Amino acid sequence: MEPINEIIPIEMDQFLSTVIQFKMDKMRLVQICASRLPAQYELSYCFARELDMWTLRLVVDEDTPVPSITQMYPCAFLQENETAELFGVKIQNIEHDYNSRLYRIDRETPFKEKG
Amino acid sequence: MAKRSIVPFGPQHPVFPEPVHLDLVLEDEVVVGAVPSIGFVHRGLEKLVETKDYKEYIYIAERVCGICSFGHGMGYCEAVERVMNIDVPPRAKYLRTIWMEMSRIHSHLLWLGLLADALGFESLFMQSWRLREKILDMFDLTTGGRVIFSVNTPGGVLKDVDAYMLHQLLQTIDEMEQDLRPVSDAFLREYTVGTRLHGLGVLKPEDAVQLGAVGPMLRASGVPYDARKLGYAAYGELAFEPIVLTDGDSYARCELRLQEIFQSFHLIRQAVAKLPNGPIAVPVKGNPDGEYFMRIEQPRGEAVYYVRANGTKFLDRFRLRTPTTSNIPPMLELLKGCQLADVPLLILTIDPCISCTER
Repeated sequence: MEPINEIIPIEMDQFLSTVIQFKMDKMRLVQICASRLPAQYELSYCFARELDMWTLRLVVDEDTPVPSITQMYPCAFLQENETAELFGVKIQNIEHDYNSRLYRIDRETPFKEKG
Repeated sequence: MAKRSIVPFGPQHPVFPEPVHLDLVLEDEVVVGAVPSIGFVHRGLEKLVETKDYKEYIYIAERVCGICSFGHGMGYCEAVERVMNIDVPPRAKYLRTIWMEMSRIHSHLLWLGLLADALGFESLFMQSWRLREKILDMFDLTTGGRVIFSVNTPGGVLKDVDAYMLHQLLQTIDEMEQDLRPVSDAFLREYTVGTRLHGLGVLKPEDAVQLGAVGPMLRASGVPYDARKLGYAAYGELAFEPIVLTDGDSYARCELRLQEIFQSFHLIRQAVAKLPNGPIAVPVKGNPDGEYFMRIEQPRGEAVYYVRANGTKFLDRFRLRTPTTSNIPPMLELLKGCQLADVPLLILTIDPCISCTER
């Protein structure tokens, strides 16, 4: 049987509770990825158990704060800092917040604009 | 009461070929915390996908890192192929598998040499890298390159191998297997190596999962996850089981990589024996439209390739989550409680690749 590789769209009000549920189900965090949409960000949080993977897909407006998941998954801090620094996603309460100094780059939020 | 101090470690350090910095919080000689700084050489290669044709981007993807270059090219192509529903010819799948396993041998031998060097065991370093040279010669013979191979393309591979090359490859891995045994014994039975590695940086299985460890670091802690079991390329048609050890210490991580080299020899022999005849690529027309999260098992662990396409020749997004990005958080936990003198060895045992991380 093919391993699961599924994208699950999710609303902000269900986001943290779903992440907590994943944590209780002993899933590991695979990766966090931001993509640019017109005036919005699309955030993908991948979680896996054995070979199966589920991706929580969250779409947020540019100025909407996104809660950090480092309370549940402390290992998310590098990828959350990267998402905030490269795209300008407003991620709140990251454990080990580098405040946009994770990378030594000249431009602020270089991935925010396309091209 | 122990005296607390902060020792800056890196970004330039004799055991690191690449820049990474740690602020080590010490109580006397014992590490009680570590804050990492990366990003000294961040290149923003993911961004280039917006201005490069998706077929040209392969050459950028494989330049993310000089050790994992084949895997990066393959991971990117496999993601694009899934978006475009391309059925890759069986011969191309087997060739990818052979080159991927050669990359694993090359990477693990490189790491073993670096470990021996960090231990001050120069002859073991030399022997490890002498063996690595043989696999680089086989890359040279079969692809024409030793670092960057440029053999992957959406739809298959660009270069075929003939009977002479396969014969040479099999002969070389037979010789290497014979030569690796005494080197392996030196790593696993030498008193000084064992004393430095046994019990150092123990990672429990539940911590390994929750801290996001991948690859040899995860499997040396008793967790049997190996992305090759997803069945991409020809792995679904080869007989193998992930190598798993349970001690979770630096010695286990070393032993696991040694065993994985022998496993790679076995996988190459299987793949060569089953290598089907036929075309090595199918023509790819049109542009991709859709998205896919592709996972492959790089030598350092699971890597994730995300491709998001919009129907034009330029992709909207390419994201690469490298194994080292995932292995840094567990490494920080491992450092807590170790002696300052063991920090370089402990960092080495995760096999960090800063070039990948600074993609």
